[in-house]
Amino acid sequence: MAHKIIPIGPYHPLQEEPEFFKLHVDGETVVDIDIEIGYNHRLIEKIAESKSFDQVTFLVERICGICSTSHPFAYVNAIDDLLGIQVPERALYIRTIIGELERIHSHLLWLGLAGHFLGYNTVWMWAWRYREPVLDIFERVTGNRQSYAMMKPGGARRDMLEEDFPWIKKTLKELIPKFDMFKGAVMDDPVIHARTEGVGVLTKEDIRQYSAVGPTARASGVAIDVRKDDPYAAYDKVEWKVITHEGGDVYSKAVVRILELYESIDIILQCLDKMPKGPIDSGIKDIPPGEGIGRHEAPRGEVIHYVMSDGGNSPARHKIRAPSFMNIASNKKAVIGETISDATIILAAVDPCYCCTERMAVVDYKTGKKIMDGQDLVRLSQEKTEKIKSKLGRR
Amino acid sequence: MRQEAIIQNIKVRSDKDLSEVIHKSKNRVYCTINKNILPQIARYLFNEEKARFSIASGVDTRKAVEILYHFSIDEIGLIVTLRVILDKSNLEVESLTPLMKCAEWIEMEIHEMLGVNFKGHPNLKHLLLKDDWPKGNYPLRRDSN
Repeated sequence: MAHKIIPIGPYHPLQEEPEFFKLHVDGETVVDIDIEIGYNHRLIEKIAESKSFDQVTFLVERICGICSTSHPFAYVNAIDDLLGIQVPERALYIRTIIGELERIHSHLLWLGLAGHFLGYNTVWMWAWRYREPVLDIFERVTGNRQSYAMMKPGGARRDMLEEDFPWIKKTLKELIPKFDMFKGAVMDDPVIHARTEGVGVLTKEDIRQYSAVGPTARASGVAIDVRKDDPYAAYDKVEWKVITHEGGDVYSKAVVRILELYESIDIILQCLDKMPKGPIDSGIKDIPPGEGIGRHEAPRGEVIHYVMSDGGNSPARHKIRAPSFMNIASNKKAVIGETISDATIILAAVDPCYCCTERMAVVDYKTGKKIMDGQDLVRLSQEKTEKIKSKLGRR
Repeated sequence: MRQEAIIQNIKVRSDKDLSEVIHKSKNRVYCTINKNILPQIARYLFNEEKARFSIASGVDTRKAVEILYHFSIDEIGLIVTLRVILDKSNLEVESLTPLMKCAEWIEMEIHEMLGVNFKGHPNLKHLLLKDDWPKGNYPLRRDSN
């Protein structure tokens, strides 16, 4: 059979990172993939050179809508490194809490969409339902459900109120039984096992070659986590563990993310108990010439910012690297040799942008005629789950 | 301990081609090396020390173009940055992509943004800019419009 090309993307108004996958398929099997990015390149690094050091915090918060605090977090770490200053302890705890709340809502969002792709729309509804209380906490603490503006070079921009702590703790503790439900739904369900186990496997060597980070790496048994390896904020002041899984497949990535939800709640609860009273800002004014590197473990993996100052009011150079820059390239390895019906979940497994998959279309390479679109591919994936369900007698 | 050993090894391997070592902070070390020694030092860090290639930053400092290769040694939380200074009249350096796949995209990005030629790169086309972007216009250059 002649090779066909399935274009996926390039973009959709809801997408966080536009990208274009061209799947070369032979019958049902994916034989090659071309990845193109840059459809919504905003040259934020260049814009940063025209903003003051303080304004850049807000600028980089707008890089990503889902993990909006990850970039400011890495940026303030870079400025703190450039200055070599000690940030007030209370601010470190506030930064940690915001970073972990974000991880919870981001992982839940992924879990919901992964459920949808597999034909488990109940999981999707659940995940987004239980993401709401997390956004409520954000709204109470920061005033915003997204783009919280809590990071500031040398401290935190806004204090947290002690009177909110009991309510935050109660809300988070109420989420734990819900997470148990997800854990059961994913780890005990033979259909989900059949759809995700051994699918889209990345080995330890693949992770090393593609320099993949975050849950993508940890699901292949590579225990890297900036929060543990190069501790910042309050991550070395609380007890928690790095979650890893050995499979390297879609299933392992789901398990790692679900188990990380518990760790995040644990970290926040400890931070609320241990947070000392005191100032939240070290009041930095001028940034001297020099350079600094800041990192943060975002929900998708390590974010790294390099800032160079020439003593002026704005960065002389600001290099930003998001985790997906490394993770998306690893799809080249993960998806080849798999079937089209599994491609949706594999490409989604590194947690890039999901909405792009709605733009999928199967086009006949020769005539350019559309055979299938994104809806059809999600349907293909859901039908495969249905088939496995009836085979296992779970209808 | 391991940090000192790594820096010492870089010193031994680069000899006269290492011009500066800056210990910026506890876990951040910058080594300025001559570009001809870059593949050798990168191979040492990536293959022998099993360092993770985090990213490279290309900087136009007006006088020259600098490329900073950030290697992360996760066991000790260290970032070793190899700084290579390229003369503007000869913006060319050996590609690290044959050594490690993870360098492919960032070399493409630095190529289109700053006009650096990576010798031996298997696929040196545009990554972020469109294909018909005007030739010779490099957005991150100081002299760019």
